Amino acid sequence: MKVLYFAWMRERVGIAEEDVELPAGVTDVAGLIEWMKTRGGGFENAFTEMAVVRTAVNQVHVELSHPLDGGDEVAFFPPVTGGGA
Amino acid sequence: MIRVQQEDFDTGAEINAMRARIAGADAGGLCSFIGVVREGEGADQIAAMTLVHYPGMTEKELAGIEAEARQRWPLADVMIIHRTGRLIPGDQIVLVLTASAHRKAAIEACEFLIDWLKTKAPFWKSEESAGDTRWVAARASDDEAAAKWD
Repeated sequence: MKVLYFAWMRERVGIAEEDVELPAGVTDVAGLIEWMKTRGGGFENAFTEMAVVRTAVNQVHVELSHPLDGGDEVAFFPPVTGGGA
Repeated sequence: MIRVQQEDFDTGAEINAMRARIAGADAGGLCSFIGVVREGEGADQIAAMTLVHYPGMTEKELAGIEAEARQRWPLADVMIIHRTGRLIPGDQIVLVLTASAHRKAAIEACEFLIDWLKTKAPFWKSEESAGDTRWVAARASDDEAAAKWD
């Protein structure tokens, strides 16, 4: 599965994207985030404030309960801030 | 119609192009929203901002927002242009144009599009201020503005 990071989450984890094997026992976004935290360092730091973490699966906004498949494209990012004033 | 680009846009040219596209559609009202980089004041004063986005998802989200607007209002045409990259105060960030038979639909749809864009389209801003660069936090008031269309 392809995992992408944007904005300050990218800076905290230190990479823009990576290929990740769906970890054993992980079936949804919440499970993947718990696994991410176990990687320590920047990953643990990036996922500490879950109130400001958003997820997209296959380029669609999803909730934490969204199921995951090994072929998915998963993206983690802070709340969006585009547009004008 | 959706465009995500680094280059600036010419609002007059875009309005004329829309008028040419809708010629014969009996659209009596066009509405425009232009978002511009603010300099801010005091501690909030900025020298520049940089917009990044999620290529692929951005275009999908914007197309979805346009489709939602077209379901809610009878629109003859929609144009959304959003810029990325480094912008300075006074630069244009975003253009939303709508056209409809009557003004109410054009104005409401334009407001809806910018409100939803701000909370759904995957763009992120960082601001340069006094030699520091920091990511802009999302504002609750933007969520409230978007939620009024639910």
